[in-house]
Amino acid sequence: MLGRLNWDVLPNDPFTIIALVATGLIAGAGLAVLLKIKGLAWARKTVMYIWREWLTSLDPKKIGVMYILVAVAMLLRGAADAGMMRAQQALSVGDSHGILQSDTFQQVFSAHGTIMIFFVAMGLMFGIINLVLPLQLGARDVAFPFLNSVSFWLFSAGMILINLSLVLGEFSAAGWLAYPPLSELQYSPGVGVDYWIWALQIAGVGSLLSGVNFLVTILKMRAPGMTLMRMPIFAWSVMGSMLLVVFAFPILTATLAMLSLDRTLGMHFFTSDFGGNAMMYINLIWAWGHPEVYILVLPAFGIFSEVVATFSRKRLFGYTSMVWAIAAITFLSFVVWLHHFFTMGAGANVNAFFGIMTMIISIPTGVKVFNWLFTMYGGRVRFTSPMLWFIGFVITFTIGGATGVLLAVPAADFQLHNSLFLVAHFHNMIIGGVVFGYFAGLTYWFPKIFGFRLNEKLGKLAFWFWLSGFCFAFIPLYILGMMGATRRLDHYDPSMGWQGLFIVAGFGVVLIGLGVATQILQFYVSIRDRHLNRDLTGDPWEGRTLEWSIASPAPVYNFAIIPKVHGRDAFWETKQNGTTTSTDYTDIHLPKNTPFGIFIAASSLVAGFAIIWHIWWLAGLGLLGVIGLIIIRSFDEQTEYTITAKEIAKVEAAFAKQKATA
Amino acid sequence: MTTQAEQKIHQAETNKTIFGFWVYIMTDCVLFATLFATYAVLHNNTFGGPGARELFSMPFVLAETLILLTSSFTIGLAVLAARQKRLALVYSWLAVTFILGAAFLGLELHEFSNLVSEGHSWRASAFLSAFFTLVGTHGLHITSGLIWMTVLIAQIFRKGFTGSTLKRLALFSLFWHFLDIVWVFIFTVVYLLGASA
Repeated sequence: MLGRLNWDVLPNDPFTIIALVATGLIAGAGLAVLLKIKGLAWARKTVMYIWREWLTSLDPKKIGVMYILVAVAMLLRGAADAGMMRAQQALSVGDSHGILQSDTFQQVFSAHGTIMIFFVAMGLMFGIINLVLPLQLGARDVAFPFLNSVSFWLFSAGMILINLSLVLGEFSAAGWLAYPPLSELQYSPGVGVDYWIWALQIAGVGSLLSGVNFLVTILKMRAPGMTLMRMPIFAWSVMGSMLLVVFAFPILTATLAMLSLDRTLGMHFFTSDFGGNAMMYINLIWAWGHPEVYILVLPAFGIFSEVVATFSRKRLFGYTSMVWAIAAITFLSFVVWLHHFFTMGAGANVNAFFGIMTMIISIPTGVKVFNWLFTMYGGRVRFTSPMLWFIGFVITFTIGGATGVLLAVPAADFQLHNSLFLVAHFHNMIIGGVVFGYFAGLTYWFPKIFGFRLNEKLGKLAFWFWLSGFCFAFIPLYILGMMGATRRLDHYDPSMGWQGLFIVAGFGVVLIGLGVATQILQFYVSIRDRHLNRDLTGDPWEGRTLEWSIASPAPVYNFAIIPKVHGRDAFWETKQNGTTTSTDYTDIHLPKNTPFGIFIAASSLVAGFAIIWHIWWLAGLGLLGVIGLIIIRSFDEQTEYTITAKEIAKVEAAFAKQKATA
Repeated sequence: MTTQAEQKIHQAETNKTIFGFWVYIMTDCVLFATLFATYAVLHNNTFGGPGARELFSMPFVLAETLILLTSSFTIGLAVLAARQKRLALVYSWLAVTFILGAAFLGLELHEFSNLVSEGHSWRASAFLSAFFTLVGTHGLHITSGLIWMTVLIAQIFRKGFTGSTLKRLALFSLFWHFLDIVWVFIFTVVYLLGASA
């Protein structure tokens, strides 16, 4: 009846139980106190408000905010995992065995990698794309608003599933990509790998649908006059990234499905007997995994391009070469996947090909770096916090790029493969590139969504914590890697002489933790002082692209009148020419809110959970739920509501008045 | 707003959806490509058991293929009939397509159950795992196509020829043709090459 589920899977070590009970009690007490102060009616109203205005919303700006909230929560979880790993490696020497048992340690590093990539980086990326892309294109919405909501909720369902493994059962101990045969049933008989598979499968389908959605948005919904070569670079970078999603994520879907078939139906794709081939998995997962890295970093490149141009008060240097660099990276990212396993026996010639392709990819990336620097050159640079993130990025990313080229040499890779040098390299790219980029983007576009700026002082402080913490945490790992320390170590001998460097790395994580704390404080202070930081003009940074031409926070319909575009940096030109805006409004049709996205994702969550625990009747029910809900939704024809021209005129007039007094 | 402007907006919406559906088909192509690649790598890994040559019956598969190809033709006729607004004809062609699709699925399940009952299930070897997954994924697509067709008939029955039902019929025919093309590849790669190997 309940498959593998029984009382024994509940946590049984005292620490976890105490922690869980304490969390439950604190949360319960907090809610009780809040209810006592505010009353039941207030609670009802708040819950209804959140449900009506946020959870069921199809407005990409709100969906974007929800993506970012989930991603921030997951950043805290992933950072806690990182802290445990650093503490373990700093302490577990010789007779001491640190704070974690080795099986727990394996679960912790598997969860850290999975969560940081899928639920933090992807979440921040889709969040920012949702917030900014339609605004930059001069569009009122994405191509398929309902699909957008489904994508977000599938992402959330995956997030819930991966965190459920904390309470029920265990998580995968097979690393963030779960290589077989270790991840096969024979060696990982528990539910851990199944949690990994289904959390990624459900979130991955969400990402795939988002990829289709945003690609169509870019190709079909640009404002009149905005040819592809007049598109803001951020939109270009999203297009490259979404093309990669569309071509790479189906590979992930198929590969996860095959691993799952091996584990649940006894198939033999990747097993070590019956003719299975584990290298097949490793090839397939990296045929998705390498493009995934570029999926994450391309939009960050786009964000930096916008930030540099705005804060240097100059046109972006080398727009055309920027576009071609994005196109080249998009293409090349599909022909380098083998560099993740040079040591696994492909042979010298194959390794040489992939080594050279990997080195070639640094050329378009280098073009971008020079373009950004030339944009700054001769500009009137304002060192705001987005700009600081950019400068920190250029330096760390260039170092990471150089170590990457080093690793691209197969002969060197044989020495450094699976070492901490590699770990330092990819954190260099993902923290220095992706995370810094999204933080810059969040600070830059925050006023457009919320109507006030973030506190600059704390923003800059957070940057310095992050940058110095990053250096302290990862430079020692480069050295340790050179000294022969392999990744995923939970214990080592004092004679290796590694402990000092591991302690320095641990200190670095403390600094990064302070950075995160500063950012949380920054949100708090900025919200508290929002009246001091109001953005009344809609254009707080003297921006260049269309999103700055409308009010902050952006009205629900984005543009009262769809703008006509005559060149690059459309808004900058309008400001230069002093063009007056028309007030000839017409009615606008927008999609109505609907809870079906939540329902569909909840059903797939139930199905995923049931498959993990082999509760087959429930899995069938969940699947039927998904199909049934899609069919019911397809019968609904009244999916839009209208905002009348009169209402729009009122909103726009208020904005014009506010702008005149600012 | 004038009806002409409304029509223009509606046309733009339809174009957007159809383009989006093409992109979706693209992703499905990549999914099948992955499964084809896996089959290509694993098709000789029979683990001592029988291979494609011994297991598959060509006349049976040819019958399956002809049925599916015919259904692709009949869905085309349904779209043509819809363009001429001939309701009864649309129902008939959709029904014929449904029956052909169901027949194809029935034959496929028959082949599967025969293989399993003879002891050649997906557990027997990597080759059979890859075979059942590739062909089975196509079968799952056909199944969802049959469900979609039922819903489509119900919607046309309820609403007649509206912009949205016509659009959905067009999308469905795209999907059905796509499945046909995938089957042509399965027929070639799995059965024809398997028989000649």
